[in-house]
Amino acid sequence: MTPENVKKTARTSGGLPGGGGKMRLRGLLRKEFLQILRDPSSIAIAFLMPVLLLLLFGYGVSLNAKHVPLGIVVDNPNADTSSFIGSFRQSSYFSPVVMPGMRQAVTAMESGDIEGILHLREDFSRQLRGPEGAPIQVIVDGTDANNARQISGYVQDAWSKWLGLRSIARGSAMNNIPVQTEQRIWFNSELRSRDFLVPGLIAVIMTLIGALLTAMVMAREWERGTMEALLATPVEKREILLGKIIPYFTLGLGGMTLSVTMSFFLFRVPLIGSLFVLFVAASLFLFASLGMGLLISIISKNQFVAGQVAIIVTFLPAFILSGFIFDIRSMPLPIRFVTHLIAASYFVAILQTVFLAGDIWQVILPNALALVIMSAIFLGISTRKFRKRLE
Amino acid sequence: MWRRILALTIKEFLALLKDKRSRMVVVVPPLVQLLVFGYAATYDLKNVPYAVYNEDTGKASRDLLAGFRGSPNFSEVALLSSEGQIEPVIDKKEALLVIHIDSRFSRDLLLGRSARVQIIVDGRNSNTAMLAQNYASTIINNFNTAWNARHGRAGPPAYVTTRAWFNPNLESRWFIVPGIVGLLTLVVTMMVTALSVAREREQGTFDQLLVTPLRPLEMIIGKSLPGFLIGMSEATVIILAAVLWFKVPFLGNVATLYTGVFLFLLSAIGIGLMISSIAITQQQGLLGAFLFLVPAIILSGFTTPIANMPPLIQELTLLNPMRYFMVILRGVFLEGMSFHLLIGQFWPLAAIAVTTLTAAGWLFRHRLY
Repeated sequence: MTPENVKKTARTSGGLPGGGGKMRLRGLLRKEFLQILRDPSSIAIAFLMPVLLLLLFGYGVSLNAKHVPLGIVVDNPNADTSSFIGSFRQSSYFSPVVMPGMRQAVTAMESGDIEGILHLREDFSRQLRGPEGAPIQVIVDGTDANNARQISGYVQDAWSKWLGLRSIARGSAMNNIPVQTEQRIWFNSELRSRDFLVPGLIAVIMTLIGALLTAMVMAREWERGTMEALLATPVEKREILLGKIIPYFTLGLGGMTLSVTMSFFLFRVPLIGSLFVLFVAASLFLFASLGMGLLISIISKNQFVAGQVAIIVTFLPAFILSGFIFDIRSMPLPIRFVTHLIAASYFVAILQTVFLAGDIWQVILPNALALVIMSAIFLGISTRKFRKRLE
Repeated sequence: MWRRILALTIKEFLALLKDKRSRMVVVVPPLVQLLVFGYAATYDLKNVPYAVYNEDTGKASRDLLAGFRGSPNFSEVALLSSEGQIEPVIDKKEALLVIHIDSRFSRDLLLGRSARVQIIVDGRNSNTAMLAQNYASTIINNFNTAWNARHGRAGPPAYVTTRAWFNPNLESRWFIVPGIVGLLTLVVTMMVTALSVAREREQGTFDQLLVTPLRPLEMIIGKSLPGFLIGMSEATVIILAAVLWFKVPFLGNVATLYTGVFLFLLSAIGIGLMISSIAITQQQGLLGAFLFLVPAIILSGFTTPIANMPPLIQELTLLNPMRYFMVILRGVFLEGMSFHLLIGQFWPLAAIAVTTLTAAGWLFRHRLY
């Protein structure tokens, strides 16, 4: 130890050379852990919340429509129409309901009992053999546009399968479809929406954990007057902040471990990339989100406002602007700029890539760098604001 | 009785609004969020970035690609010259989709055989992938129809014509923005109510309230009114913005919509007050608020349809007031649903409101720690 260091330590720790900083920090940590144990809501935030939310959403959130109730109206039932309808009966995407006429189908659609109508007209068979081809009229309930698009996609699939089978049965090569498309979906070949939603969900849950854990802690000390007591002791401000971050960081990583384990074993989301990258990214993200919580806590001064701010700035932005469910690439440019202010958007990008595609550094490194910058900003401002408040 | 309620309401409003920061938090962020989320929350893909690897030199492949270039849904980002370039361009997310045309494409077509096109899609976001794939199929189908017509060949024996009711251009914004009305109304109400009793308990002023002549019913009304008035006025602003700013069609009846808003606010306030009176500290109140808020939003049908959920979770959503409110909002906005058709949504909301408000009133007196 250089003489200057000894002097500095001696001054700040009230004459106890060496080891004092460590001891003080240990004392603070002990206090914080005791506080966590006494009000079990922190532990509930870190462990109960991820389990509950992952269970609900892992099972509940799906963009894959299955067994869509589809009303079927056939004006003139015969062999051709029943072969076509047959291709819908076999599909797990539809649960077809045969309706006697368009009037009934329209009523059922208006009351929401069916989500689409498939109408084969009177002269379907005749037109099928004519030069123009037979129209298959499909009406979908467009209220939920995304769902409607999926349903019409499914109908197209069923139609082209039926065409294929029909031309094989008639012994002709499929020469009335000039270009055949061969689809390859990388990273998620069955397009299971759960595989992309669960990794993103981890980011949403971690945002909540990080901010909820720390949003109240500083405000609480001010509100109860214990902050003054703490400041009267020889601890440094930096140590107070560290003493707040370390316990909640540990809790947060615990929550992360739990979430990853559940995603992998319970929801069977493939993990192509490495666990190591996942946890480095999670640590960076936790710093950013704990930093945001601390900042809220320091600025708000009382728990009531801190709680309100936490509700406003954490969940909804992480839910809507992070790319967890709404693709950032689809957003207008100014909004895409706003998403850069949301730490969760970087974490979601890393999670989706590491889980489904692997350790692709061109995606991971820029996002990780952004997380480092965000943590530095949040923690830096927190430290400065905290000092200022003391003056 | 009304004087006592009025006194309590004034006190609640003061407690809520005397702090400048608290005032800001209740008013400004919901409006900003409406604007940002209204634009951000969309499933519609525009300008799908795609790359082309064309090994064919004929005119047919150029015609096919012209279809992609001319589409507002696609924008070309790269021309690849070898198969090895496909992987990095997708991995790095430079392109969402790669079109690979092999060298026999034009020859096969001219010989009257089926030609093949390979479409490779980044599946990391499965919904985006599915949409991009659907857009690509549409362009290829159009090409097929045009090719058949130009070469005098018979088309497929049957073809599909699709129409969408209630939202002919399939704009997902029309579906999402009415949902945001519910979302923000819920968040604001929770913000106002979920911590209010917990704060008084933590600070000890709740005991003072209990020894005043206020009866439980009066306390419930006094505690609910601020949340109700704030929620009502913000809901109105958001509904106006949805119609005037986002131009979401409003086909239904204003009175029907406000019946829904009224019942929904009561049930949200009931849940908020219940959480607040169970919690001993504000931290617990906040945790409770989130443990309700997050599932209530995700399992409401706001982003993912309830019909896609497994049966058990579907039954669980029956307890969620947001679920009913979503149906009311979208029904009134987009389909012009009548009061009569929505009764099935109104009565569960009323039942939730009565139950939770009663429970909150009971907990005021009986939850002593």
